[in-house]
Amino acid sequence: MSTTFGQPAIETLAHNLDARPDAPRPRRRRIKRRTWQTVIWAIVLIALTALVLYPLVWLVFSTFKPNAEFGQSIAILPRNPTLDNYATVAQGIAGVPMWKFFLNSLIIAGGSVIGTVFSASLAAYAFARIQFKGLGILFAAMIGTLLLPFHVVIIPQYIIFNKLGLIDTFVPILLPKFLATEAFFVFLLVQFIRQMPRDMDEAARIDGAGHWRIFWSIILPLIKPALITCAIFAFIWSWNDFLGPLLYLTSPDNYPLPIALRLYNDASSGGADYGATVTASFVALLPVLLFFLVFQRFLVDGVATQGLKG
Amino acid sequence: MSTTATRVIVTDRKAPSGRSLFRKGSPELGTRPGIRARQRRESLAGYGFLTPWLIGFFGLTIIPMGWSLYLSFTKYNIFTPPKWIGLDNYVRLFTNDPSFMQAAQITLIYVLVGTPITLAAALAVAMLLNYRDRGSGFFRSSFYAPSLIGGSVSVAIVWRAMFANDGPVDQSLSFFGIDLGGWIGNPALVLPAMILLHVWQFGATMVIFLAGLKQIPKELYEAAEMDGAGPWHRFRAVTIPMLSPVIFFNLLLGLIGAFQVFASAYIISNGTGGPAGMTNFITLYLYKRGFSDGQMGYAAAIAWVLLIVVAIIAFILFRTQKSWVHYSGDNR
Repeated sequence: MSTTFGQPAIETLAHNLDARPDAPRPRRRRIKRRTWQTVIWAIVLIALTALVLYPLVWLVFSTFKPNAEFGQSIAILPRNPTLDNYATVAQGIAGVPMWKFFLNSLIIAGGSVIGTVFSASLAAYAFARIQFKGLGILFAAMIGTLLLPFHVVIIPQYIIFNKLGLIDTFVPILLPKFLATEAFFVFLLVQFIRQMPRDMDEAARIDGAGHWRIFWSIILPLIKPALITCAIFAFIWSWNDFLGPLLYLTSPDNYPLPIALRLYNDASSGGADYGATVTASFVALLPVLLFFLVFQRFLVDGVATQGLKG
Repeated sequence: MSTTATRVIVTDRKAPSGRSLFRKGSPELGTRPGIRARQRRESLAGYGFLTPWLIGFFGLTIIPMGWSLYLSFTKYNIFTPPKWIGLDNYVRLFTNDPSFMQAAQITLIYVLVGTPITLAAALAVAMLLNYRDRGSGFFRSSFYAPSLIGGSVSVAIVWRAMFANDGPVDQSLSFFGIDLGGWIGNPALVLPAMILLHVWQFGATMVIFLAGLKQIPKELYEAAEMDGAGPWHRFRAVTIPMLSPVIFFNLLLGLIGAFQVFASAYIISNGTGGPAGMTNFITLYLYKRGFSDGQMGYAAAIAWVLLIVVAIIAFILFRTQKSWVHYSGDNR
């Protein structure tokens, strides 16, 4: 089934990301032209980078702008830098302090990481290494859920969790993660496990090891890089998730950051605190940006390997 | 090595049940049960490992899907039992709901304009990065960053501020003598602003393209150059065919992903879908009908229309795949 995605070509791509292009063999008269081309190339890329990063740079500097400076000038640097916005944001909104929103986000994202890595690696091992009846059809069904719009199931899911009295708890958000409903992670790990040589687990089987042992002591350590990629994506995606918390969390005490940001956004449309809105947005983005700076290699290679969308 | 080999010989002779495997080849001697027992054990292990996924797959995907299909034929507000009304919801959607028609229309524009531009930008930048190796790690990461955060509420708020009246974009344009007066409040410009937000997240697609470009053998370009092919011809005759599996993959996931935009539309319009319904994407309309107005059955019908459209697009893409997606033999 995976071949229908044109996947075989993509599987091995990541390893070539840093392959050096063939050493140039320029003739002398060509060197000058190549230099000029490189200069133009660099200028174009730097301009594009600046354009793409502009909104982020604007966000960072805007957190230091007093309210009066918004909409006043095109200057990206604040004229009268201030930390007032941060003080306002720290106090929180709707009677809930900022650290509480942060904590809620951490619980949700942390739980998602644990649940996703646990359930997706179990399922991936079964799909990649065990020959069971119905393997083909279940694997196809798993791939099918990759393309399924989530919105088809939100209404029944909401009704189920409502009937169970679980609205305004983290359960409706975390439970799906423990049940490997995000097929992307299962798929990514299946692809990774399939690349692993079978020698070791066959030797272990012959020594009498069962599947659990092979999974736990051989496969899991081998696929650690893929597990880390999954963990980072699971964290960032659930940190940024909006629809789930919007549906299931009703009291501000339980809000994670994206929903809390909505409160700022609503308030600011009434002409209120622009600086605080922007600063809260930046604070909410900070962990993701830090994650990105630390793990960019993992993320970029993970995307190249499996075609994950960020 | 040798010890393993010895063990292979010793243990391979016996099935886990202790029955000799030498009789495996002769079914009349009755060794099939041993193999069958092993198969059963394998299946049992398989389903054991799959248990969480199976619960999630049936409990949170398959059964809810069936349920939402049923609900889409009912009138249901969560408080009173669903009432069967047949195709009424679907009929109403297509004949008597201008808001839905508008939602479908702007969603299609968003998908059909945003996805090709995103793909083109991704491919162009990937080719730029593939041209020289210098600083590619830095550029790659810089372009990739937006796709990681682009769907977040934070970025939607930034976008709202950037394209607001007197925001940085408005101010820059008026510097050039163009006075549009803010994009967010303008029905004609808010959709382009949303599409720009979508295109801004081209980085993940770009990284996949870049990885694909690195796979194309240099000899192909050299051979084409020998034959006198210029840059454009080389692009058409070598790059596009060799990259077609990756283009297919990005196109499929790009289209399906674009249909599901929600958070940015919600934040930019403060949940209203405005101005003049121009950010009322199909997912936002579904949310408003189902969870604000309590018309769960109607919202389920919207969800099924979305699913059917996505399925049709996927089907068409897979069907036309043979005619334009080129899989080279050794990749299989």
